[in-house]
Amino acid sequence: MADGDEPPQRVEIEAGGDTSAATFTLHNEDHTIGNSLRYVLNKDPQVSFVGYSVPHPSEPKMNLRIQTVGPSATTVLHGALGTLYEITAHTKETFERALEDFKAKQER
Amino acid sequence: MPLPHVSDGTLPAHVEEQRTRVSIHEDAPRMTATVEAAGAYFASGVDNSFSMERFRRDLRIEVQQLDEEEIVFDVIGIDAAIANAFRRILLSEVPAMAIDKVFILNNTSMTEDEVLAHRLGLIPIRADPRLFRERVGDEDPDEHHVIAFRLEIKCTRGNKDDPGSSEMVNSRVLSSHLQWIPQGDQEERFREREIKPVHDDILIAKLRPGQEIVLEAWCEKGIGKTHSKWSPVATASYRLLPEIRCSRVRDHFIFSVESTGILPPEELFCEAAKVLMQKAADLAQLLKDAVLGQGGGADE
Repeated sequence: MADGDEPPQRVEIEAGGDTSAATFTLHNEDHTIGNSLRYVLNKDPQVSFVGYSVPHPSEPKMNLRIQTVGPSATTVLHGALGTLYEITAHTKETFERALEDFKAKQER
Repeated sequence: MPLPHVSDGTLPAHVEEQRTRVSIHEDAPRMTATVEAAGAYFASGVDNSFSMERFRRDLRIEVQQLDEEEIVFDVIGIDAAIANAFRRILLSEVPAMAIDKVFILNNTSMTEDEVLAHRLGLIPIRADPRLFRERVGDEDPDEHHVIAFRLEIKCTRGNKDDPGSSEMVNSRVLSSHLQWIPQGDQEERFREREIKPVHDDILIAKLRPGQEIVLEAWCEKGIGKTHSKWSPVATASYRLLPEIRCSRVRDHFIFSVESTGILPPEELFCEAAKVLMQKAADLAQLLKDAVLGQGGGADE
């Protein structure tokens, strides 16, 4: 594609005072992953605050702020990405099974 | 005073109602946002954190309707954040093939070159995008990136049987006039399913006698985020399950995915899931790299 000026780093970390808080800048990402991660992180008891923003609609980047009750924000985000992967994988499997069931029912 | 609901592991009926339903009022819906905080119901002894185990137990998907163009299915037990990610990915991040470069050799029609090129771009092309690669930067294009089409058409008066007739031939340029020019091993690879526009009767331009169009068009792989011509769906949407008592079930999504015909609709949802999984995996790796780049500051 034409817009070949990729940022050198797709993920930037702006650390807070200690490791328990950080702001992550995810380049080339938007509400799709932003809101999903916000949901997963909000439901993590280790997280005391999480929020995301897309500073400008024509700038392809997304900021994610995480504050935790102690553990490193990076570790918590890593965990959330893993959870999101598992959620998606399970949804995909469930969908494939539902599709098979539907096709089997139709053939009968 | 006794507080019957406190810490007994259940929520009071009205709170449970707010948690599981979106209520509809004459002015606007209310209680639209999910209660997300893990400790939101701590005082009632209810755990509101995310558990993969619970998700596995509760998620249900049921296909309601399926034909060549559309699939309708229920997804029960998922949050709007995740359902919306799927919807957004279907619209703008599942790849498709579309005409992207048009080399106009001759165009004496009323349709301007740029309008013609734009119209060509919007024609759904029946080619499985999973068998092609996206062209990165100035990478040299080959048969794994590009599908070539040729359009050569001239409008004349009079037909073969009766040259003197005033009838016009080729006054309507249709998508079926696009001729696929197989590159490299494409003829072999796509013998089973020849590459062509999904519909044969899309009107591209109109001609008068003497006018002609000669062009070559390159079809490439892309995503809807770049331009909606690369979107594999006509539309993808969901609605919440309505209830008779003026409410909606918060976690019951009725999904509807309408394909443009490039991929079967039932395959699109899986493709969207793959995109989201890839995204999560890539970001996890990039995050690791970023931490290493900072001198391994985290306690991993």
